[in-house]
Amino acid sequence: MAEVTLQGISKSFGATTALDDVTMTIPDGSFVVLLGPTGAGKTTTLRMVSGLDKPDRGRITIGGRDVTGLTPAQRDVAMVFQQYSLYPHLTVRQNLEFPLKSPILRTPQAEIDRKVGEVAEILQISHKLDNKATALSGGEMQRVSIGRALVRDPAVYLMDEPLSSLDAKLRSDLRIELKGIQANSGATLLYVTHDQIEAMTMATHVGVLDRGRLVQFGTPREIYQNPVSIYAASRLGQPRINILPADLFGSAPPGATHIGLRPEQIAQGEGQESVVQRVERLGDQTRLHLTFKAHDLITVTDAHTALKAGDIVRISPREPFYFAADGARVA
Amino acid sequence: MSFSVTEPRRGTKWLAGILVVGYAIITMVPLLWIIATGFKSPTDSIAYPPVVVFDPTLEGYVNLFTDRTRATPQMLEEAGPPETWYDAIAQERGTVITGPSRYGERFLNSVIIGFGSTALCMILGTAAAYAFSRFRVPLKDDLLFFILSTRMMPPIAVAIPIFLMFRNLGLSDTHLGMILLYTAVNLSLSVWLLKGFIDEIPVEYEEAALIDGYTRFQAFYKVVLPQAATGIASTAIFCLIFAWNEYAFAVLLTSGNAQTAPPFIPTIIGTSGKDWPAVAAGATIFLIPVMVFTILLRKHLLRGITFGAVRK
Repeated sequence: MAEVTLQGISKSFGATTALDDVTMTIPDGSFVVLLGPTGAGKTTTLRMVSGLDKPDRGRITIGGRDVTGLTPAQRDVAMVFQQYSLYPHLTVRQNLEFPLKSPILRTPQAEIDRKVGEVAEILQISHKLDNKATALSGGEMQRVSIGRALVRDPAVYLMDEPLSSLDAKLRSDLRIELKGIQANSGATLLYVTHDQIEAMTMATHVGVLDRGRLVQFGTPREIYQNPVSIYAASRLGQPRINILPADLFGSAPPGATHIGLRPEQIAQGEGQESVVQRVERLGDQTRLHLTFKAHDLITVTDAHTALKAGDIVRISPREPFYFAADGARVA
Repeated sequence: MSFSVTEPRRGTKWLAGILVVGYAIITMVPLLWIIATGFKSPTDSIAYPPVVVFDPTLEGYVNLFTDRTRATPQMLEEAGPPETWYDAIAQERGTVITGPSRYGERFLNSVIIGFGSTALCMILGTAAAYAFSRFRVPLKDDLLFFILSTRMMPPIAVAIPIFLMFRNLGLSDTHLGMILLYTAVNLSLSVWLLKGFIDEIPVEYEEAALIDGYTRFQAFYKVVLPQAATGIASTAIFCLIFAWNEYAFAVLLTSGNAQTAPPFIPTIIGTSGKDWPAVAAGATIFLIPVMVFTILLRKHLLRGITFGAVRK
């Protein structure tokens, strides 16, 4: 287990800049989730740490050791690939044994059997151990691919959307399982996802990437409650934050062009009138789609509300965020 | 990936069957004719109209593997009754076996040169194809085109320079010389074919192996090679068939020491009249190694390409 640092990492592929001066410290034993849309540089960051790609500029350390020029094997990292990358000519068991049998680890067979059995149990693939890797469903392949990382005890785990092709039930099971494994073993884990529920529930830290730049790094709470920009604010929160003209509800601080309102930042029952367009009942909560001065916004209300389309609701902002024209937070 | 799951119609199946069987017969007949001729007597072998039903004899094979001399009845009488079945066959024709022929040696030369050049070609070809497929090689496209361009003329077009080179280097009529020559001719084919097969193997497998603690070479050996087995097997068959059947260079560059079977077989005909059964016997035996090799590798040729463990 080890602290990982990236210092001024830049990487271009031809004319496209994949990473632009990214500096980040991943504390020992933390669970860091990288958030951002496709092309933001999340996977490139993982590949930099793994050693599969070399940065154009910058330094990477793992456990205080400069690994910038080292091969993946020398870095002692385990990685779960988004495309699974199971060895198709091997069985599930052989796939799981593969890293343990590497010339670096040379694990005794008894130890291999114990670890493979343990991991297969956790991932619910014990009954598939002697299948060919190609004779599995997508979800099973993904679990084997996670297992291939978990059998090891590396300095850092790297996971690239490891839960993306699992069904909802298995995904939430494995979310808890992964978090438990990480918390118990004290492993450092760098995790890429699109799924903000995974980010909120598992991460000790979240890094928000925007077109190759790290725009904010902090705990999920910090990023949710204190975003640095519209972009960072939009990464977390379901339903998404409402972005409206700054002066819609009255005066705004100087320099602010937009007001950002999360559902809980919209107080209901006082203030100005808005019209209910649609009521979405999700069971544990109900979403209100409102029209306010010709702008659409979404908020959350009591699960058993009696409101219906066409009703009038009075709303006012409560401790909102204000953003400048370039998206940066001003208040 | 989608497959049609509807059964073809009955008529379609029959038509396909007839075409396949018809094609098989057309390709098999010359082969069967050669095999049959090997077991005919010299008279039957040139009979017109051709005989299909005949008394099989091993005379052709005896003639193939032995050198004989014509003997007078007196000599035969002195020699006494034949000691073995092949002596008996020779004596029936009024000849005496004087020793083994050189066919065995020539055949062994073919095996050494054919399999040797195929093995060398596979080792060099796989390594080169992997490098072209995975690494940034300066002038890659030009190099690949250059490699291919060596196949744009018949190899025999450069026979004279090669003949002179071989003479100066002392490679004429040596096994090493022929192995190098056939490897050089086949290498362009094997690099191109194997590059295609290796390109098909997603690079993610090697990346996974690198992360799993293996070096680049170990990843190549443990992950890429097993998946490229199908391609390597089929490429090896192509290379072997070329080296095995090559005639022109073998005639030109080999004689006493490293001569292969193809230039030797026609010479059998001259030793005692038009001995077609012996020629056919030589050709039949010559076919066997390539057939065995192809059958051994058939499972690789037929095995479906592995796909599906990398999400596209």
